[in-house]
Amino acid sequence: MKKPVTFTLNGSERAAFADGGQNLLEFLRRGVGDLSPKYGCGQGTCGACTVTLDGAPVLACLTLAEAVQGRAVGTAAGLAKGATLDPLQEAFMDHFAAQCGYCTTGMLVSARALLDRNPAPTRDEVIEGIAGNLCRCTGYEPIIAAIMSVAEQRARA
Amino acid sequence: MTTVETYSTLAEAARALSGAAYLGGGTVLMRDVNAGTAPARIVRTGDPALSEVRVQGDTISLGAGVTMAQVLARADLAFLHPVARVIGGPQVRQMGTVGGNLFAPHPYGDFAVALIALGAKAQLVGQGARAVEELMRDRTRAPLVASVEFARPRERTFGFAKVSRVKPKGVSVMSIAILAPLEGGRFRGVRVAFGAMGPHPMRGSGAERALEGQGADAATYANAAKHAGEGLDPPTDALATAWYRREVAGVHLRRLLEKMERGQ
Repeated sequence: MKKPVTFTLNGSERAAFADGGQNLLEFLRRGVGDLSPKYGCGQGTCGACTVTLDGAPVLACLTLAEAVQGRAVGTAAGLAKGATLDPLQEAFMDHFAAQCGYCTTGMLVSARALLDRNPAPTRDEVIEGIAGNLCRCTGYEPIIAAIMSVAEQRARA
Repeated sequence: MTTVETYSTLAEAARALSGAAYLGGGTVLMRDVNAGTAPARIVRTGDPALSEVRVQGDTISLGAGVTMAQVLARADLAFLHPVARVIGGPQVRQMGTVGGNLFAPHPYGDFAVALIALGAKAQLVGQGARAVEELMRDRTRAPLVASVEFARPRERTFGFAKVSRVKPKGVSVMSIAILAPLEGGRFRGVRVAFGAMGPHPMRGSGAERALEGQGADAATYANAAKHAGEGLDPPTDALATAWYRREVAGVHLRRLLEKMERGQ
């Protein structure tokens, strides 16, 4: 049975119908048209589907779509403000932190959630912050460097 | 086709549970839903009591819906931070709950290991309380858990270690929790629990017998290590063989005891 779900997506009010048992990832991609969270494993292991729910990072593939009723969902598609990229997006480009790009949107959401909570993380805290996101291309070092550079830029500003 | 039923109270959800699966944080059940192997009916509730943390004197009660992130956000639960911090990645800790961890299949369930060592009791909806270690023995038929309750351990009497091959986010080769109060220089009321060393988190009775009534010294720790594997039934899986788990259980137990003695 389909259920109406109203919520905010990257600050904009949205409404769509969720199928019974549908997960938030499928709901966002097929029902709402936000293709930025990716389907990786469907088991909560890879983190490619990471979105924020009321500001905290969660796995969209393990979140029941109808459970976001009245709540705020954030995705990588909401990071840029118009033509202005989020500093993390710029840093990922500068540090070659994306290769195939499949993990990148989930990484960006996890990294943004980390920096919002802790603007000056240590290297270990960055590693911990992205521990729920798998990348099979980069070896993680460029991603860690990109996130650290944003934290350091902010510290200098 | 999956049907999701949402109830306003835990009691209503419990009444509707027959033949259905209960959805808490989603990290266990939604995997089955995605794979098409979950029961057709799913029951959930938004009962606010589920996410309550109550600290009254030395008694701590955690609602079954309290997440690992909630535990980590509370300074008065600092002794549980080493446990909650090593469960999943940041996303799983936002979602995964205390109640769900009791039902997480091998090799998951590290929080349940800590609860067993703490002697926690699970409050069951409409069915009184039952020790968490008893609940573990037949998890498939367990009723709905409302909360878990336990006494705050005294300083430096509780320790936890998770052994995993991938860091910082790896599943358990094994996890160990120890409650070892010292009275007059001797261990009294020792409780040791192991995770991933049997079909479910369980007491380490061999280690407990070796520690109980003894002093906190190298000879006691060596003897506890020698008997660590007794009563356990470790599985062979992709992470480790049963033989390996049995061989290293004593080593990790001894290291944890030494760490606790150093106050770390």
